[in-house]
Amino acid sequence: MLAATDLECVRGERCLFRGVGFELEPGMLLEVSGPNGSGKTSLLRIVCGLLAPASGAILWNGTDIRKAAEEYRGQLAYLGHQNAIKDDLTGIENLVIPETLAGGEVTPKSAREALGDLGLEGFEHLPTRVLSQGQKRRVALARLAFRGRCRLWVLDEPFVALDAKAVRSVADMVANQVDAGGIVILTTHQEVEIGARRRAILRLGA
Amino acid sequence: MGSFDAFAAIVRRDLLLAMRRRSDVLNTLVFFVIVVSLFPLGVGPEINTLRQIAPGVVWVAALLASMLALGRLFAADHADGTLEQLVLSPQPLGLLVAGKVFAHWLTTGLPLVAIAPVLGIQFDLPPESLGVLALSLMIGTPVLGLIGAVGAALTLGLRGGGVLVSLLVLPLYVPVLIFGAGAVEAAAAGTGAGANLSLLGAFLAVSLFFAPWATATALRISLE
Repeated sequence: MLAATDLECVRGERCLFRGVGFELEPGMLLEVSGPNGSGKTSLLRIVCGLLAPASGAILWNGTDIRKAAEEYRGQLAYLGHQNAIKDDLTGIENLVIPETLAGGEVTPKSAREALGDLGLEGFEHLPTRVLSQGQKRRVALARLAFRGRCRLWVLDEPFVALDAKAVRSVADMVANQVDAGGIVILTTHQEVEIGARRRAILRLGA
Repeated sequence: MGSFDAFAAIVRRDLLLAMRRRSDVLNTLVFFVIVVSLFPLGVGPEINTLRQIAPGVVWVAALLASMLALGRLFAADHADGTLEQLVLSPQPLGLLVAGKVFAHWLTTGLPLVAIAPVLGIQFDLPPESLGVLALSLMIGTPVLGLIGAVGAALTLGLRGGGVLVSLLVLPLYVPVLIFGAGAVEAAAAGTGAGANLSLLGAFLAVSLFFAPWATATALRISLE
């Protein structure tokens, strides 16, 4: 279970938000919405432990994530603004190498399948440098196929730069993860119907 | 996944990336060779002078070349977001940093060690000094990489980070320079390089122990 208590975020001199809190049980989706600059990305980075909140804490199963950091990171899949893919590596290498580091078992064959599921057949062996923005985003999203074991997904604008069909398959991936008992937190500006059974919405900057 | 597997995986990753961008690796080496080769042209062909300045020249050039390469240690990973993923991976960050520094040394430090004896011949260094020169660089260049990693991590994403990193790191490089060049001079003077090399070894042991941990902490601060 993930709980955030009384979070406050200050960037520079400006207070982005204060008094933000939520509790998420397994099998819940949280959509974070709000205008540009309202602190959505900062909130997600706080949840991941990349950014320290000015006050408040994130609790994972009742323990502060700063105390059980390595165990928490083993349960976490984070997709940031940046795709975190290497331009000089092929799509397959971009899945196999980081997922191996994250402790997963990924073979080139399963990586090819994951890329194919997101409509990248024929592009697996090209350096990702030559791919379009949307295709790069798909490579980054294909990682989630190997993160089913992670109990918490944190996705920052997962649908950005994707076409309608890819948006659909990513939304289905998210819905499946939530219905299988995972917790997913995501931000988006697009109206995307995610068929998860339990969902909550958090509005920032309102 | 065990600690050693994670270490090996990050080393393999960085070596693979270096293989895809060979020009970056060559940059450091070419810089080193050019700087060392310019000195005989500037100082003149007086053989005794050259023999005397050789250890210092080669070591200063190695130091500058290492510093030049520092910018590449974390910058690319920071720019494309892979650094965030490394920080969030369940492996201890210090271990991953150690792997990155080791791979960095293999691609930028080790070539310097290999070519230094050839450059030493240009300065008419005697054969026993050539061996000591390579050995002192072998022990010394990893220290430069480890110390430099802390500076590179602290200045990550800053404008003018390159200048700042020199200011931060150069004072810490000075002892390595003194004992590294000192080892070669001592060998040439016939007093034995043992003491200098032992001190370099001590630097290496201390920086191996502290630098990855300090770099990991600096990276977390830089990413906030």
